[in-house]
Amino acid sequence: MSATQAIQSTNDFVIKFANVNGSGSASANELFARAIMRMGVPVAPRNIFPSNIQGMPTWYEMRVSGAGWLGRRGGCDLMVAMNPQTWDRDIAEIEAGGYLFYDSTKSLPRSRFREDITVLGIPLTEICNREYSDPRQRQLFKNIMYVGALTALLGMDFAVVEKLIADQYRGKDKLIGANVNALKLGYDHAQAHLSCPIGLRVERSNGVGDKIFINGNDACGLGAVYGGATVAAWYPITPSTSVIESFGNYCRKYRTDPDNGMARYAIVQAEDELASIGMVIGAAWNGSRAFTATSGPGISLMQEFFGLAYFAEVPVVVFDVQRGGPSTGMPTRTQQSDLISCAYASHGDTKHVLLFPEDPYECFTLGAQAFDLAERLQTPVFVMLDLDIGMNDRLSRPFEWDDQRRYDRGKVMSAEQLDAGKTFGRYLDVDGDGIPWRTIPGTHPTKGAFFSRGTTRNAYAKYSEAGTDYVYNMERLRHKFETAKKLVPAPVVQRASQPSRFGAIYYGSTSPAMAEAFTLLEAQGVHVNIMRVRGFPFADEVIEFIDEHDHVFVVEQNESGQLRMLLINEGEVDPKRLIRVLHYDGTPITARFISGRIADALSAHKVTPIRKQVAS
Amino acid sequence: MTYLAKPKLLRADAPKNTLGYTRRDYEGAISTLCAGCGHDSISAAVVQACFDLDIEPHKVAKLSGIGCSSKTPDYFLGASHGFNTTHGRMPSVLTGAALANRDLIYMGVSGDGDSASIGIGQFAHAMRRGVNMTYIVENNGVYGLTKGQFSATADKGSKSKRGVVNNDTPIDLVALALQLGASYVARSFSGDKEQLIPLIKGALRHRGPAFIDVVSPCVTFNNHAGSTKSYDYVREHNDAVNRLDVILPRDQINTTYAPGELRRIVQHDGSILHLRKLDTDYDPSDRVGAMNHLQERHALGEIVTGLLYVDSSAEELHRHLNTVEKPLNQLGDAYLCPGSKALEALNAALR
Repeated sequence: MSATQAIQSTNDFVIKFANVNGSGSASANELFARAIMRMGVPVAPRNIFPSNIQGMPTWYEMRVSGAGWLGRRGGCDLMVAMNPQTWDRDIAEIEAGGYLFYDSTKSLPRSRFREDITVLGIPLTEICNREYSDPRQRQLFKNIMYVGALTALLGMDFAVVEKLIADQYRGKDKLIGANVNALKLGYDHAQAHLSCPIGLRVERSNGVGDKIFINGNDACGLGAVYGGATVAAWYPITPSTSVIESFGNYCRKYRTDPDNGMARYAIVQAEDELASIGMVIGAAWNGSRAFTATSGPGISLMQEFFGLAYFAEVPVVVFDVQRGGPSTGMPTRTQQSDLISCAYASHGDTKHVLLFPEDPYECFTLGAQAFDLAERLQTPVFVMLDLDIGMNDRLSRPFEWDDQRRYDRGKVMSAEQLDAGKTFGRYLDVDGDGIPWRTIPGTHPTKGAFFSRGTTRNAYAKYSEAGTDYVYNMERLRHKFETAKKLVPAPVVQRASQPSRFGAIYYGSTSPAMAEAFTLLEAQGVHVNIMRVRGFPFADEVIEFIDEHDHVFVVEQNESGQLRMLLINEGEVDPKRLIRVLHYDGTPITARFISGRIADALSAHKVTPIRKQVAS
Repeated sequence: MTYLAKPKLLRADAPKNTLGYTRRDYEGAISTLCAGCGHDSISAAVVQACFDLDIEPHKVAKLSGIGCSSKTPDYFLGASHGFNTTHGRMPSVLTGAALANRDLIYMGVSGDGDSASIGIGQFAHAMRRGVNMTYIVENNGVYGLTKGQFSATADKGSKSKRGVVNNDTPIDLVALALQLGASYVARSFSGDKEQLIPLIKGALRHRGPAFIDVVSPCVTFNNHAGSTKSYDYVREHNDAVNRLDVILPRDQINTTYAPGELRRIVQHDGSILHLRKLDTDYDPSDRVGAMNHLQERHALGEIVTGLLYVDSSAEELHRHLNTVEKPLNQLGDAYLCPGSKALEALNAALR
């Protein structure tokens, strides 16, 4: 290594694993991430994977952050280059002064390396071929072996990883011994042949606390169980598929009747997204809490049905795990690009309720709350997460549930109420909040039946083409949407340390990067108040927040600034006051990007002091 | 049919079923279809079938898609909840409804455009999935509301009212239903209520997907010479394989049959299907035989009607999913929410 100083950092760096899809690397990489967390050091891993089963390149990017920043940082301090296909770009990505770990079985010409990095080679294949005869074992244990080597290189506690393996394979003792053996081979080789530890180190800390490690899709599935969903209908689509798989797993665990083993839930894999949402609408119309999970292309296919659910006022829940669009787009990359297609889904004048969870904790809480909101408002509710939250395990606040809480089933008229002579008009606004009463099929022999339809009707659900009936209904729906503003989760504000004329609005998976950017900017003396929007329609506070500031940055992960469009359209905000900060290349947004963009923009506004930060 | 509302006056001697309901209790809103429309006869048959079977109207959920046929659920069973969904998508909405409450009787009404064109996918999958329902297609071979375009069930060579010849191969929904696993498959004619009413009754008492294709002439757009879905054509080419009587466990059987004339099938709920054979070789328990018979007769220009296939031991969707007996929409919070203790244990496992 030449004049460049090798990076020295404890509990604050990025390791990236370059692997071949389908080689079994994912579980080894995850094992390593968990080992660091066992040492009390927060880790934010992200899978960057192809739309492929086997053979294409895949990366596992692991941010180690003692300070607890869970957003993507960008850059790479230590590259574990296990994929010859991507060697050159992987080498190029390493920060100056960074480290390269590779399999040195085959010698490579000097020209394939860089002068300004530290190269750490171990002949993994050679050792594996010597130790193992089975080809599959050679592959899998090669992965464990590099975990062992990294344990030594980062100065980690071998016993922690050993114990983790023992915990993971509890009950399969044969596997424990074999894995620990491979781990030790890598560890010992690194200790003997490389100078351990390197400049990057993991030291015990207490930054993890009582946090749990789970991905957003699993949390959504669990939220649906706790939210009382009994019917799920779906069609497989990346990156939402595991929402339903998780719902099924948790249902098998929590919703199997202990007496007879029967299911207190129904999951149907439909023939397409149209049928999925159709089934959800049918079940919800009939009084079950029901949901589907999908992604952008599914949202497009479901449009007509969203209009029916909106107009016939059927409470459905949709988990939209957003990916890169348009069209098939980037199926395995993240974006927040379905806001417009969900907010105004379907033809005619429609408008829908959206929720924006920031992490697995909120995927669970807002996921469960979505069912209450849908039934209270009798309308579709979209839980808008994305691939970054949905498919990556994330350190998260532990889940909580109040046992006193009861489901809010909304305005459902019972047989007793009908018998007592309560007026029933399916689309009649009797309470002044725009929300009518409904009855569940089969409730009463002679009262309360109605005919649901997507066509215009009067307040008593009778077919009508009268303009007055139509207008009454549309105005009531608009009124209902006003009611929704007060029911969706309120925005969360964080004030800068000094008063500021500048604000920033963000939502969903941008949250950890924004929190970090806020701190970075504060450290530079740049003060920006930030607001996290959690629901649509916007609560009044959102527009008030914009009104308080001269300019507001709207930070999003899409190309057109979709939340900004909604703010302009719904809040009647002057577009000039909303400055786009957009990140949409399919990778998760970073704090470096946000703080760089905001600092640049503010320096253009001649706000001092600014220490310019380079965006990554 | 008529735009004059029927007076609600009830004759004191109007017959009542064992629940005390009269036929009027099974009627719905006044039909807005054309006078003489076959669909209105089907609605009347549904009314009669539900009256005869002593079904409580509110225990039926009636669903439909879009089109003339799909309007009809408004015209029968006014005390039942109904759902006029989107075009071709009744099967999925009905499937969801059936998942939510297994105790109701589900009736899906559709048309040939709704089920054989835009909705053929959902039709097919509801059949193969084993949804417990009565699926009635009111089949007239044309799009009525958009003024007489051919539908996908129009026979090759048949002529539209304006003289256009249809060159496309027809889709036979009965053949599809047989192939896709429907466990009760029938075809009838809206002009033959003696045949139709028992077929609907048998379907309503059947467990599993029951499909009835009812040829139902469109008096406005498809009742002319050259049409194969006109009243005259269907009467001339109606090739009924059997006649059905549905016998409930409470009924006494008085009729006697000659040996070999009758086939007796006991359904899962105890109702008995008495099939008087018109075609002595026809076996309604033979799925493959039924498919062959349909193809042979269709090639001769005949319209095969009757109860074409029945499997009284078939299973349905809820059995496949092993759902609890109590309807899912009636499970209380305590049955659904695992609570905070379970969540704490889960948190611990995720650390």
